[in-house]
Formats: sequence, structure tokens, C-alpha cells
Amino acid sequence: MPGVVNALMSVAGHPPPPFFKRGPAPLARLFFFVSLSLVLLVADLRFHTVEWIRLGVATVLWPLQRAAYLPVDATNDLGGYFSSLGVLRDENDSLRQRQLATANLLLRQEHLEDENRRLRVLLDMKERQPAEGSVAEILFAARDPFSRRVIVDRGTKSGVEAGQAVIDDVGVIGQVTRTYPLTSEVTLLTDKDQSIPVEVQRSGLRAVLAGAGAGAMELRFLATNADVQAGDILVTSGLDGIYLPGLPVARVQKIDRDNSFAFARIACEPLAGVERHGMVLLLGKRIMPPLPDTAPSLADKPGKGKKIRRKLAP
Amino acid sequence: MSMQPTQSTSRILQPVRDWFIVLTLFMALFLDLLPLGHLNGVPDWVTLVLTFWCLHQPLKVSMGTAFFLGLLMDVADSSVMGQHALAYTLLAFTTCGLSRRVLWFPLLQQALHILPLLLGTQFAMLIFRLASGGELPSLLWFLDSVVGAVLWYPMTYLLLLPQYRPVDRDETRPI
Repeated sequence: MPGVVNALMSVAGHPPPPFFKRGPAPLARLFFFVSLSLVLLVADLRFHTVEWIRLGVATVLWPLQRAAYLPVDATNDLGGYFSSLGVLRDENDSLRQRQLATANLLLRQEHLEDENRRLRVLLDMKERQPAEGSVAEILFAARDPFSRRVIVDRGTKSGVEAGQAVIDDVGVIGQVTRTYPLTSEVTLLTDKDQSIPVEVQRSGLRAVLAGAGAGAMELRFLATNADVQAGDILVTSGLDGIYLPGLPVARVQKIDRDNSFAFARIACEPLAGVERHGMVLLLGKRIMPPLPDTAPSLADKPGKGKKIRRKLAP
Repeated sequence: MSMQPTQSTSRILQPVRDWFIVLTLFMALFLDLLPLGHLNGVPDWVTLVLTFWCLHQPLKVSMGTAFFLGLLMDVADSSVMGQHALAYTLLAFTTCGLSRRVLWFPLLQQALHILPLLLGTQFAMLIFRLASGGELPSLLWFLDSVVGAVLWYPMTYLLLLPQYRPVDRDETRPI
């Protein structure tokens, strides 16, 4: 029947009147938008090629996001205003005590660094890179319930780059994974996709620590007889070229040495306030020495097929 | 195109104004942007308002709007691009398809229809994120949908309020 109507219309020489024009059928539209979303999903997860869309949308959303942050900010300020004198005095006392306790180390640090530099020059070793960084404040945790991320208030305008390590006063909390002009996104160590190369402080054993979600971490790929004990402190090994070596990361909580598995199951808890809010330090990018040329030079590489054309004579 | 709050009442509503739809969606987006982190039991406001307009105005708000809002939410939540867009598109398709049926029910029974729709949206996101290696959220995460369905009753009256105004204004009325 519609075919006949269409034929009649074309005979009449004009399109049907647009009384009930509704665009493409719902199923066609559903198919279009779903495939578009799937393309976006795959592009973001596999190829990371849609960051420019994200940046564009984030720029548009920025004023609204800023406005939404105002009431929360005001509430925090108000809470701070009414926090009692006693609490502040206690905090002040404890801070002063901590400062005194560490003063000894701090005062001698400069001296030690100088000495270290001179000794390294004497030994003809490469100088250690001094740690630099910028202080940032954690604004809020991202809403996404499937990952562990926080937003901090420094962005590309303050020179933040993706890949920078983030620490607080106790240890490493994560890594900058995405930057916007005024904010950046830090993936916490407890995120399931995040891993960090560490070594056991006591034995110097190197391993990879990975997030396990829900505020926990696990030490992966260590044999069941590996030299790890509950209570061991894990520090960064610095092999990755991202984290400076020697930063505290986690404490070993429980070790499950089941011989039926190839690897021990080692649960760890983060040392730093990974799931708390406050001030953090974004460490500057590490400058790594250039890698040695791994490709063997062409001169001493045997030509293709040389082995086949070997002389058979004795 | 509902002219009544539910099809079973006889009250005739004024036609909706386009700017009001835009305004409410904008407000919902604002509420979602409040930096509270993730609190279980706080519903996704955009999902709620989107469902409402898809149900009441399926010719004005449907999959295109849903996809666009989804993109905004993907960036706002810093989740994977396309996650919300996909879930919202599926939600809009289902809701627009069901609108002729659901509006015949009284509000409480409408809420019972809305609950599986909201849960389905969350499940769609869950499936895609778990497939891509995300972490499993706690079961309390689904509380968002339950709270959303509970809020359906007051929200319907709130969002239909501008359409309740009388056709001819009575100048002698105090309010």
C-alpha cells in the first residue's frame, strides 16, 4: 500500500505533505547512536584517540562545573570558620612537634645532598636528579564508581603533564593520567588499571605492585617462596623512569603462600592517604639517561641466509 | 504528547514550553556536577529528568538528546567516552517506546515501571565497564535507581507544574 501511495505521489509530481514527518524510524536512530557510542568506547579504551573530544566538552562544561563547585567550597569555608579553637591549637601543637622531630633531618639534608653530589663527582657517577614539584589540592573524587580517580586543582596552565607522580606527606598516592587547562585527573594506586614498580625495603627484592580496587593493592608475580614478610615496607624502585626511587608506597598486609598456585598472593595496604583528601605534591618529570642503543649495529650482524650457504667441506 | 498528568485523569494540561525542558535538563546536569564524589543513594539526576521527558514528550526529547547528554556526563564523570551515551540512548529508546503505555497508570505504578528502566541503564554501564576491566562497584550502587524511582512521584508534579497554570488568567486572584 505505501508503495502505491508513493507511486501516485511521484506521478502527481510532488512529495507527500509533511504532516507526520518524524525523521528516521526509532530503530534506525537507535542503531545509529548505539554504533556511534560503541565506536567512541572502542576508540577511547583501545586507541585513546578521542581525548580531543573530551577536552572540547570539558572546556564547554568548565563554567558549569566551576559554578557547581562554589556551594561545596563555601560550605567547606564555613566549616573551617566554625572549627573550634581547641582543635586548631591541638593541630598546631602536633605540627610543631613533628617539625621539631624532623628538623634534625631537614637541617642536615642540604649538607648531605651537597656531600652526596661531591662524592658522586669524585666517583664519576651521574648526578641524582633533585626532586621538584608543585603543590596541588584534591578538589573531589570522580563520580565514576568503576575506577579510583581524584581531580586536583592544577592543570596544563601550571605546567602539569600526564605521567607525573603524585605524593603526599607519607608516600606515593598515584599518577596524573589526564590534564585539562585548569585541573588534572590523578589515578590512584588502588585503581585496578594502575601498577607501580616497587622493591621490598628490607630485602631489595623487586616486584610490581598493582591496584586491586576497594582501597587495596596486591604484589604480583612473586614466587611462593619469595623473601617477603607481613609488615614489610615497599618503596618505589625507580626502574620505570616515572617515580623517583625510594618513595614509600605500601605495607605488606597478608601473604597467602599456596603451593598449588604459581605465585604467592600478597595483599598490601597503601601507606599514603590514598583514599583521603587534602594537599598533594605533583613531582616533576624525571629526566632519564638515554637508553643504550639496543639495536646491534649492521656491521657485526650476520647477513640473511649466511648460515644456509655455509661451506659443507670439512 | 500527553495533555494530562496521567491519561487516567481528566485534567487538561497546557502544552510544554521548550525552554523549560532545556532548563530542567540543565539543572539536572548541574546537580550531577556537584563535586560530592560518589555517594550511594544519590540518583543520577540527568537519567531521571531524561526519562521523564522521554516519557511525556517523546517527540521532543529522545535518542539524540540522550546521546548528547551522555557525552557530557562521560566527561563530567571522567568515565570512558561513550559509556553514558550508550546507556542513555538505550534508555531513551525504551522509554519513548513505552510512553503510550506507562502514562495510563497512576503515578505509583508508573514508578514501578521506571525502576527497571533505571536499573537497566545501570546494568548497561556495568556490563561495558566490567568488560573493559573496571572494578566492581558495591551493591549499594544500585540504590541510586531505587531512590530515583521513589523520587518519581514528587518529580512528576514538580516538572509538570508550569503546565498546570490556567488558560485564562484570573486578575482578581490573590496568587
